[in-house]
Amino acid sequence: MATETLAGTEVQVDEEGFFVDPGTWTEEMAKELAAHVGVDELTEDHWTVIKFCRTDFESKGESPTLRRVSTEAGVPTKQLFQLFPKKPAKKMSYVAGVPKPKGCV
Amino acid sequence: MDKFDTESDRKLCIIVSHGTLDGAYPSLIMANAAAAEGIDTHLFFTFWGMDVITKKKMGKLSVTPVGNTSMPIPQALAPMPGMATMSTKMMKKQISDLDVPDVPEFMEMLSDMGVHMWACRMSVDMMKLDKDDFFEGVEDIISAGDFMEINEGAQLLFT
Repeated sequence: MATETLAGTEVQVDEEGFFVDPGTWTEEMAKELAAHVGVDELTEDHWTVIKFCRTDFESKGESPTLRRVSTEAGVPTKQLFQLFPKKPAKKMSYVAGVPKPKGCV
Repeated sequence: MDKFDTESDRKLCIIVSHGTLDGAYPSLIMANAAAAEGIDTHLFFTFWGMDVITKKKMGKLSVTPVGNTSMPIPQALAPMPGMATMSTKMMKKQISDLDVPDVPEFMEMLSDMGVHMWACRMSVDMMKLDKDDFFEGVEDIISAGDFMEINEGAQLLFT
């Protein structure tokens, strides 16, 4: 367990930097988190994904997989790779302040 | 800056030689996980694995309890008519209950994720197939030698 200061607030994160308590995440922190993973600008499409990750985590109790984001939020897999290059599953959860996804597919 | 360090040159090549549901899914799931991790992922389809990329067959992969002692059916009953159909139906339902796509959709998804797919030259010749028979995600028909060039430095899985 570690702490990190984001948007002027101290939050608890795990060894990889994922939020321990997603409730401590705020929208202002997203831009900073995005910069950590090589995403320089958060577009409307990024926000669609981020918001889906948040609401899906709230309702299901676990972070969505790429497959879930593409089928439920309607963001195609190809686009997820453009929005969060190379490691979209980890990166979208990281920026959205939810735990690392556990699902296989 | 990228804290998940995506500059890795890790490469994974999976040889898919089975065309049953239980033979094919593990490779597809591993390929999906690899691609989501930014790993350069290649699937080489050979022998019965050709069914997984053949348009007419990819949606009809099955599983049989014959000779499969892990399945909860007595081996004496396994060859009876309808057993394979029933087992296939059950497995497909279990897979879809987990929200895991069927084979054609899974292959589409892998292709969208940038997974490279190759068909084995010798199997193509043996089974008298050509590129038009394959799902469009298949990049080319290549020889074992060509595949050796592709998998240089890669981690290799034979399934």
